Amino acid sequence: MRLELRGLTKKFGSFTADDDIDLTVEPGQIHAVLGENGAGKSTLMNMLYGILKPTSGEILIDGEPVEFGGPGDAIDAGLGMVHQHFKLVGPFSVADNVQLGREHTRGAGVLSPRAARAAVLEVSEQYGLALDPGAVVEDLPVGVQQRVEIVKALSGPKTELLILDEPTAVLTPAEIRELLAIMRSLAEAGTSILFISHKLKEVQAVADTVTVIRRGRVVAELPPTASEAEMASAMVGREISLTVDKAEPEPAEPRLEIDGLTLVDDHGVKVLDGLDLTVRGGEIVGLAGVEGNGQTELARTVLGLIKPDSGRVVIDDRDATGESPARRIRAGLGYIPEDRARDGVITEFTVAENLVLNQYRDEPFSRRGMVDAAAIRRQAAESVAEFDIRTQSPDDPAASLSGGNQQKVIVAREFSRPRRVLVAAQPTRGIDVGATEFIHSRLVTERDNGTAVLLISSELDEIYALADRIAVIYNGRIVGEVGPDTPREVIGRLMVGGEADADGGDRER
Amino acid sequence: MNVKTAAEPPEAPPERREPFMTLFGRYLIEANSVMVTIWSLLLAFAIGAVLLIVSDEGVRGTWSYFFDRPSDALSASWEVVSSAYFALFEGAVLNFNTLDRFAAGTAGFGDVLRPLSETLTYATPLIFTGLAVGLAFRAGLFNIGAQGQLIMGMLGALVIGFGISAPAIVHLPAAVIAGGLAGAAFGAVPGVLKATTGAHEVISSIMLNNIAALFLVWAIGTGFLHSETRSELVTKPVDDTAALPHLLGFLGGSLRVNLALVLGFAAALFVWWLLSKSTFGYRIRAVGFNSHASATAGMNIGRTYATTMGTAGAFAGLAGASLALGINAGGVTTNTALEYGFDGITVALLGRAKPGGIVAAAVLFGALKAGALSAQPGVPVDISILLQAIIVLFIAAPAMVKAILRLRTPRGGLVTLEAKGW
Repeated sequence: MRLELRGLTKKFGSFTADDDIDLTVEPGQIHAVLGENGAGKSTLMNMLYGILKPTSGEILIDGEPVEFGGPGDAIDAGLGMVHQHFKLVGPFSVADNVQLGREHTRGAGVLSPRAARAAVLEVSEQYGLALDPGAVVEDLPVGVQQRVEIVKALSGPKTELLILDEPTAVLTPAEIRELLAIMRSLAEAGTSILFISHKLKEVQAVADTVTVIRRGRVVAELPPTASEAEMASAMVGREISLTVDKAEPEPAEPRLEIDGLTLVDDHGVKVLDGLDLTVRGGEIVGLAGVEGNGQTELARTVLGLIKPDSGRVVIDDRDATGESPARRIRAGLGYIPEDRARDGVITEFTVAENLVLNQYRDEPFSRRGMVDAAAIRRQAAESVAEFDIRTQSPDDPAASLSGGNQQKVIVAREFSRPRRVLVAAQPTRGIDVGATEFIHSRLVTERDNGTAVLLISSELDEIYALADRIAVIYNGRIVGEVGPDTPREVIGRLMVGGEADADGGDRER
Repeated sequence: MNVKTAAEPPEAPPERREPFMTLFGRYLIEANSVMVTIWSLLLAFAIGAVLLIVSDEGVRGTWSYFFDRPSDALSASWEVVSSAYFALFEGAVLNFNTLDRFAAGTAGFGDVLRPLSETLTYATPLIFTGLAVGLAFRAGLFNIGAQGQLIMGMLGALVIGFGISAPAIVHLPAAVIAGGLAGAAFGAVPGVLKATTGAHEVISSIMLNNIAALFLVWAIGTGFLHSETRSELVTKPVDDTAALPHLLGFLGGSLRVNLALVLGFAAALFVWWLLSKSTFGYRIRAVGFNSHASATAGMNIGRTYATTMGTAGAFAGLAGASLALGINAGGVTTNTALEYGFDGITVALLGRAKPGGIVAAAVLFGALKAGALSAQPGVPVDISILLQAIIVLFIAAPAMVKAILRLRTPRGGLVTLEAKGW
């Protein structure tokens, strides 16, 4: 299928989300659309998939102009979409998820499980996507769930073009590699792919053509051979330093000591298994590891949201193991949660209220149980300026902010109070290059001020850019502590349990 | 007055926006929360009218020959609807008959105020129970237990009301506080259970309602509480020193509205202050919106649930105190609590869990109740319950109102009130 967009424009009131977008996806081609958060990528996809109606411009499929009244029309026309957030029914089987909305029946509304299974197997064989139709989706690893989504998208009446919206955001490195291979083989089989991303490496690895969008306009058409720096500067409109300038660390006394931490989950699995780790003041320790090896639980245990079964958490020479999160926060523990929307911000609260979420009981923000709105607003004005939070007003709800700016709110909240230890979990996940650069430089400043920083990240690039020491976590234990100059291959091997080849074995839960 | 306020020239808006009337007109046809509430009320009265017509045998008869003589059906329908609503109005707000008699000098001013007094009397417990449900709503909790908390508050106030003797200045506050504390203790139970065991507050508070209702039946029968002079199931009266004084007693003995109304307004004001100005209220709202982020910020979620439910229970307990020390000061029966606790849920919904809205909704429901009771037997008493139910149905389903009236979608989408955690 040849998909062509001509002068596609979408206006919301006076705001132009997409302005005169021209783009052509040739048959069997992987076309990457690169852009920061808020550049207009999602709006573009929603128009393409019939969810939004374009203000002007047209969509042509194989030279014929088409108009979609809804996703149903788009599917009938041969488009398939894999959303960033999966649209799967957890307790349903793979086959039931794939047939969702177009169930196989024996007529008269009686389901035909056999036909549903056969349909899944047919598609999965045709494209080489191994799937067990009977498996329950919520029990599958995220990478396999995504495969279900892809098979679902391919199971349309005649899917010839696949839209993948930020498909790697939730995947582990191994799963990403697998997905990129799948995309390649789909393209070779003749399926066109529109690949939305802001990860430069993946785009370089897989795309045939790269269209860069900034502020709703196409700013560049690049070949995949273009350098990372070239793509990044097209995306943000200026030169971006992908490496972080930082001086030699000056580690001081240990500030955060984790001692034999063990945590057993509801299924009796040791999520943390006698984990030891020490972070000194004035250094950034990067915790590398494939996601799901205990990073989340470690961070939550350090904050005190989870009680460990054994082991100790020592903050500033004080055993904090039995203390409440509030106590630890007050003692100077900063925390940037990995799941921003769930744990970081209250979207219904204003930006100003969010900025004092863990300090609202302290002076000057409240006195004797009464909130001082003026003090909170003053603080907000300061933070908004200092951290370059893009909001119309501190009194706007946090929901009106982009992801990157919400993250800046969290960072501003943690950095605007005295702290001794900072746990930053995936601090730049899903945010754009500009905000990433900003947050990285603040983390280094933080280190230089003598704070002990524990950086938990699934992006090795981020670990390399920031860490003074790298600890590798695997199955709830630290399996290695190495210097920042250690080659990728060595860390890669440690991340999968120290096996000889970094690709060793599928990771099953 | 001759004093002229120094009329400052209004600051010219930086940009000339659309004229006020245009914006106002658009507001009226938009499905925002205020207009949905207003339209819900009007729609409810319209549907109520249809039901009045259908349920009246005489009027139904005139519709059978509608095409021969439509004027019969129309005038009969108009007659039954207008007289019913007029009777409601006379029972709830102002009786014109009494007004005439007042003008002629045969009725006192107190008689003119009587319908309003009745409205406010019925509204008083609803203000408290509405606050009890609304406050919990803001923490993401669905407090179905206001009925049980009210019963416990009633008993607490009653025990102190006749059990001790003291001058009114001590006795009355002590009895009121006892009611609040009893309600708070009972209300905190589902909160504590949720915090410690994860038991859903809806389930536990429903069960606690039954426990409270049956406990009341048993308690009234005990020698300690049972009336010494009457044989039926009724408690001792509270001492005069513990009874809530009538606000308008000087205008006539039939004006039952008492000091509890003032306490109700004060409670609403307090809840407003609590939610918008206090750290406790900040925590309630934070936990209600996103308990995960609140926990990550160091808030103790379980404690917030327990204290919020306790505070909510205190308000329901005060509703009980307002009955036991007010209109039922002569003795509490198993019927005294009526459905005030459950009606509090609908009041909180109609008031959108905001203190001002709750007071307004409580007064409206009080008016419907007072009107319906006084309009009997000419108008079926069920019409009041029916109207309440339809109003809440529409409030809970703004999309339906929007669809029926073809309203525009407001910016930010439709607003529905919901308790999380289901």
